[in-house]
Amino acid sequence: MIDQNVIDNHNLTRGEYELIVRLIGREPNLTELGVFSAMWSEHCSYKSSKFYLKQLPTKGTNVVQGPGENAGIIDIGDGQVIVFKIESHNHPSFIEPFQGAATGVGGILRDIFTMGARPIAILDSLRFGPLTSPKNRAIMDGVISGISSYGNSIGVPTVGGEVYFDDCYALNPLVNVFCLGLAEKDKVFYAKTGGAGNAVLYVGSKTGRDGIHGATMASAEFGKETEHKRPNVQVGDPFKEKLLLEACLEVMDKDLIVGIQDMGAAGLTCSTAEMPAKSGTGLEIDLDKVPQREEGMTPYEILLSESQERMLIVALPEKVKAVREVFAKWDLDAVEIGRVIDGGRMKVRFHGELVVDVPVSAVVDLCPIYQRPVAPAAEPAPAVHLTPPLPKDCGGLLLELLASPTIADKEWVFRQYDHMVQTNTMLLPGADAAVLRIKDSKKALAVTLDGNSLYARLDPRSGGLIAVAEACRNLACVGARPVGVTNCLNFGNPEKPEVMRQFKEVVEGMSEACRAFGIPVTGGNVSFYNDTEGASIHPTPVLGIVGLLKNIDKVVTPGFKSAGDTVVLLGENTAELTGSEYLKVHFKDEGGRPPAIDLAGEKAVQETCLAAAEAGLLRSAHDLSEGGLAVCAAESGFFGDDRLGCELDLDDDIRMDALLFGEAQSRILATLTPSNVEGLLHLARLNGIKARVVGKVGGDVLRIRHKGRDVLTVPVKTAFETWKEAIPRHFMFQR
Amino acid sequence: MKFGVVAFPGSNCDFDTFYAFHDVMKQPTVWLWHKDHSLKDVDCVVLPGGFSYGDYLRSGAIARFSPLMQEVREFAAKGGLVLGICNGFQVLLELGLLPGAMLRNQHLKFLCRFVSIRLENARTRFTHKGRTGQVLRIPIAHFDGNYFAPPEMLEEIEANGQVVFRYADAEGRLTEEANVNGSLHGIAGLTNRMGNVMGMMPHPERASETLLGSADGRVIFESLISRF
Repeated sequence: MIDQNVIDNHNLTRGEYELIVRLIGREPNLTELGVFSAMWSEHCSYKSSKFYLKQLPTKGTNVVQGPGENAGIIDIGDGQVIVFKIESHNHPSFIEPFQGAATGVGGILRDIFTMGARPIAILDSLRFGPLTSPKNRAIMDGVISGISSYGNSIGVPTVGGEVYFDDCYALNPLVNVFCLGLAEKDKVFYAKTGGAGNAVLYVGSKTGRDGIHGATMASAEFGKETEHKRPNVQVGDPFKEKLLLEACLEVMDKDLIVGIQDMGAAGLTCSTAEMPAKSGTGLEIDLDKVPQREEGMTPYEILLSESQERMLIVALPEKVKAVREVFAKWDLDAVEIGRVIDGGRMKVRFHGELVVDVPVSAVVDLCPIYQRPVAPAAEPAPAVHLTPPLPKDCGGLLLELLASPTIADKEWVFRQYDHMVQTNTMLLPGADAAVLRIKDSKKALAVTLDGNSLYARLDPRSGGLIAVAEACRNLACVGARPVGVTNCLNFGNPEKPEVMRQFKEVVEGMSEACRAFGIPVTGGNVSFYNDTEGASIHPTPVLGIVGLLKNIDKVVTPGFKSAGDTVVLLGENTAELTGSEYLKVHFKDEGGRPPAIDLAGEKAVQETCLAAAEAGLLRSAHDLSEGGLAVCAAESGFFGDDRLGCELDLDDDIRMDALLFGEAQSRILATLTPSNVEGLLHLARLNGIKARVVGKVGGDVLRIRHKGRDVLTVPVKTAFETWKEAIPRHFMFQR
Repeated sequence: MKFGVVAFPGSNCDFDTFYAFHDVMKQPTVWLWHKDHSLKDVDCVVLPGGFSYGDYLRSGAIARFSPLMQEVREFAAKGGLVLGICNGFQVLLELGLLPGAMLRNQHLKFLCRFVSIRLENARTRFTHKGRTGQVLRIPIAHFDGNYFAPPEMLEEIEANGQVVFRYADAEGRLTEEANVNGSLHGIAGLTNRMGNVMGMMPHPERASETLLGSADGRVIFESLISRF
């Protein structure tokens, strides 16, 4: 019997339940209720976000597939396409960090190879609470081990990403995993069924009781009893996934199948409902035929299990034998469990009995879309929020910033990931963007993940704008032009009007910036309910942007190359202080406004950098972000083989701390051989941006002068060691 | 020279290794499938890196039982050339074609990074195009690369000149810090007594093109290709 208690346990509202009754013309049975509950969960239905996401630009001449499929697809010419997407696995990673993160990797990989693309790179955006707490260290260690175990085993390089620390993630870490795949344009596959009579095959791992209702779990706040939810977290088997990857790509390459979809969130339910819904057909399956690893599973459990490494394939009846042969070669199950039918219904049998009989459109397309209450826009914070005393010891401040885990070296993390397998990785992790060559071509792909959640908390709209701008700037620094965007939007409980205000404004900001840059959004993921014990995380948009380099020889790398090179600053120094890592770390102040951003100016700076890169003028380029100019100059020294210092002379008429550590946007620090400087300054004039020589590379000291006075002098070695040791020192026994 | 790259289920450097021999070095190269019994008349069998059979029991422990490995054992006994890289090295240890065993890295973490290794013996079939003492910059990527052998065995390996590579610093010094995974005697690669089987933890296929940061791994490929 379905009573209010059962409805509550399925995380459905009374109104949603009544709508289900209307749509199917009767009371659902418990199994059917489970199906609706999973598919109508926030995680699967995007019911709170859909209304706002519509405004994102999704069109472009290079777009092969926009939002709505497993992943987006962009044409990169020469008959090739890239397939990419980002997904969150925040909730599972908090409950069980290792498996939560590992299955996050597994899930996004399937989204990519289910479309016919071979995954070529993983990046992740990770956010944790401060490392001073043992609990946060344990979560971070578990998450990194999980990513490393899965990605390394399956042989897809984890080439970069970001690791960011803030108190707000202590009870709600974020694990966003991005995957990029490469495919031939005429070998792309979709979640289609073709016509009635086609065979439905279940392939991959057997179904167990793990991960039942994972999607529903990820659509509610956490209280104190999250330990109880551990059985909701799936367990990953990267070896199985590797076999599944090879087998799926082989049946696709041999053109043996009609359509394919992975069983991710909501498991068998999701693929059984979505494939026919997209094709205007129905599906009939028999659960007795589903390979099971446990005895006595109920239809409810089989349908809602989120056991990993499984796919649903539709093939013409005459091709079934050939499909099964390929899977047998890889020692995998491929079992015919049903067929495509006319009439638009999802029919599920168990022990000869019809246990689910509902219209697929009701399950997939008719979930209510909400325009939840939005809090009124906040009054902008005063421009000058506080006037801290001018620092006396800027060298000490620089070291303090370099030791802040958000800024510090992440090599301790990246070296646990195999970032070189597949032999395409041209830039080691830590660069502004990861760069991967495309074999047998002159092209390379660049990828970056970016998002500053403090900016987004102070002003969600600016947070959205800056996340896009900075990700594109990262690409410009390696010489790549952006071609497509995916995003992972991590927010609190959407039933809180303040959270919905943040969401609405962030999406508006992102949308405006993507339009300004002319780059299409091809998909993404929304993760709401990032609240534990009533506290929401900062609004955290994570942008994943892919760029293309037409000529692999023009890749620009970060890091000073030779003593005597000239340092040029592109963009303008302005007196920004609030929202900076400097105020946060040194004064524990997180108030005021984020730095201002002007998209036209930003584009002009990036265009200058790109044109200079394409003309082969640059020896290095690095974007100014957290920690400002001083941190950027220090890092540029660290990234080079010789760890060179530099001498910079500045005469801007602004506060010295804002000049050194402020995070004014739209700036890039470039180095060139002196003979190329005039070429770069000329390009800057053409683009109407400010650019000037600020110093030269050399020596083993980072020295900055302001109006002729030494304001910062730090030996590169000291700075480097501080930056290098800041994260590993928290993990003393595991170095 | 005709090369055969073995594909186990779970191999993941198989494509890279094939690419290095076939596309970079332009050598005749074929695939060898773990379920087969044919070595397709190759002159050199290459066991690539990865996680054969998931490496769930112990790295390389299951792969040694695959049908193809029985052929490889005979091939090696007759003097055929066998190169094992990373997981391939682990398989060769499990097969008993090379002496010793691998433990978890001393810091109990997976480790992926460029390392320097010193060429200890340039008189082998795999290294004769290099010179003894030469330092090569080649990446590693493994969890179980901490080489172990009992003292008598170690002594014998050293006495026979079977150690081919040791972890070193950029100047070729054997320091504790440079021995990144804690291997005994800093061993990064070694041959069997006959000198026709070599295993190494670093990945030469990842260091065969300058655009990926180093082409030092080509020394091994060039040695194999050219006359000894």
